[in-house]
Amino acid sequence: MKTNHIEIVKNQHQTMLSFKGSWTLPYIEKISKELQRLKLNGNVVVDLSSVSDFDSSGVLLFIDWQERISSSVTLDIIGYTSKQVEMYELLSKTHYTHIPKPKTNLLSDIGKGFVEVIRDIVAFMSFIGELTLSFFHAFAHPKNIRIKETIYHIRHSGFDALVIVAMTSFLVGMVIAYQASVQLAKFGADIYIVDTVGISIVRELGPMITAIVIAGRSGSAYTAEIGAMKITEEIAAMRTMGFDPYAFLVIPRIVALMISLPLLIFFSDVIGILGGMVASSMELSLSSTQFLDRLHEILELKQYLLGMIKGPVFAFVIASVGCFRGMQVSDNTESIGLHTTASVVNSIFLVIAFDALFSVIYTELGL
Amino acid sequence: MSIISVKGVVTRFGKRTIHDGVSLDVNSNEIFAILGESGSGKSVLLKEIIMLIKPQAGEISVLGYNLNTITYNQAQELRREWGVLFQFGALYSSMSVAQNIEVQIKEYTHIPKNIRQKLVQSKLEMVGLDPQVGSLFPSELSGGMIKRVALARALAMEPKLLFLDEPTSGLDPVGARHFDELIVELRDMLGITVVMITHDLDSIFGIVDNMAILADKKVVASGDIHSVLKSTHPFVEEFFKNEYTKDKFINRLHNV
Repeated sequence: MKTNHIEIVKNQHQTMLSFKGSWTLPYIEKISKELQRLKLNGNVVVDLSSVSDFDSSGVLLFIDWQERISSSVTLDIIGYTSKQVEMYELLSKTHYTHIPKPKTNLLSDIGKGFVEVIRDIVAFMSFIGELTLSFFHAFAHPKNIRIKETIYHIRHSGFDALVIVAMTSFLVGMVIAYQASVQLAKFGADIYIVDTVGISIVRELGPMITAIVIAGRSGSAYTAEIGAMKITEEIAAMRTMGFDPYAFLVIPRIVALMISLPLLIFFSDVIGILGGMVASSMELSLSSTQFLDRLHEILELKQYLLGMIKGPVFAFVIASVGCFRGMQVSDNTESIGLHTTASVVNSIFLVIAFDALFSVIYTELGL
Repeated sequence: MSIISVKGVVTRFGKRTIHDGVSLDVNSNEIFAILGESGSGKSVLLKEIIMLIKPQAGEISVLGYNLNTITYNQAQELRREWGVLFQFGALYSSMSVAQNIEVQIKEYTHIPKNIRQKLVQSKLEMVGLDPQVGSLFPSELSGGMIKRVALARALAMEPKLLFLDEPTSGLDPVGARHFDELIVELRDMLGITVVMITHDLDSIFGIVDNMAILADKKVVASGDIHSVLKSTHPFVEEFFKNEYTKDKFINRLHNV
């Protein structure tokens, strides 16, 4: 709109303001600027008869302006309608208060963060406690073990992950072989590529890569699934029906992952070594017969087992952290995202920490 | 003057037909109710009117815009003209109550901050909530409060048209009547038009001006309460002419 919303007529005794046009939300910014430009004193008469349209934002702006100028001028209002009065009365009834925002500073953030970590640890302990009880309960009453759910999760977390685990392991095997072959070729120790690839994949890289892929794939899914059920109060409903959410949701997921992760690790070992074999035949012209012969010589069963033993431990860490974070979701959609992130970050960190622990133990035991 | 007109709307989900030629008109400044049993497609019809679903056939026009030929910019304009109250509130859970109410004002206008804050508080006051509620988050609210906040949000842009999906469901009877009064008050004061889905007999007999009854995939009765009561459709018989309603509402209606 081009026209002004306020028309001013001044004479000796008083200032006459005629408010015009639409006093509605789209024009409030403009009107408020016009009001601010007004310099008023003495007697002021406001004529509202030309206001064509108004809404509560317009009336609020008017009330606000009236309060601001009331100390310096005497105000007369004419030409108002009963609807405007009604709205005016309704809106001036409200006690407008300033709602303070909670203040934060660095120190309080640090303190809060620290307390939250402690709380998380305590909560995780109690989660593990409840889980253990449910485990014992399930063993005492084998009928209560949810075989169907467990198989479902083996399929979704294990079988369906085969392709991504294969692709990752193959690439990692190739990369390891490429990097090592450059160094080994300098010494003419080409054949040791088999030792490097075979042992590093079977003992360390296979379990670790598989666990990280599964943490990103299934750990996050567990958190999101259980978190969504928490928000829709499905878990509360289960509790009221006497269905223990641990027995129905958590244990099947943990057991399923503890079964499928070692199998995935075995699969990853095979594909990883295959990747290494392909790379070394390309880079060092090592034939597959030579490679496999050497592999047979140096790779003991022990190395396989040392790697695979990590499987159930990693699986327990990933699945329990995933389910724990899911149970922590509180009733808003944003917290699903936050807890899913936390779940993946925590479980990957814990996988690496446990892997380091295994290394220390193996070394100390001289394995 | 009709500001919403629905003509011959046909809706199918797969093989299931929901609407088979639904037509209705909503006049300016009235409180219009859409009634019908569960599964009769009330919510679907409402979603078609507010452009969330497209019907397979038929024509809907809202505030003079034909929804079949509306352009993107016109649709955006139209969306600012109405407010929608969803059945379960649909408040943004990551925002506080005050932020929920002011989100559109902030996005679409540049009004001064203090006016905006007052506007938010006045909306809260209008729906009968304490301004302090503004700093709470949706997860901290009770069911009734969520409804009220959702109404406050629907009113934020000073709409000329208000859509309410079961506004009084889940409210206590006293709260529900206050809600009805509030809707009438807003209609009278702001000159808005209200379209609502409701099962609440008190609302239907108390505040609704005109209604359309959906059954058998069509509008089987429409108009004010008197003309609807003349219908002999089984749903109308069952819904309006049982002992409870006869005793509580219809007899009183005749006395007036």
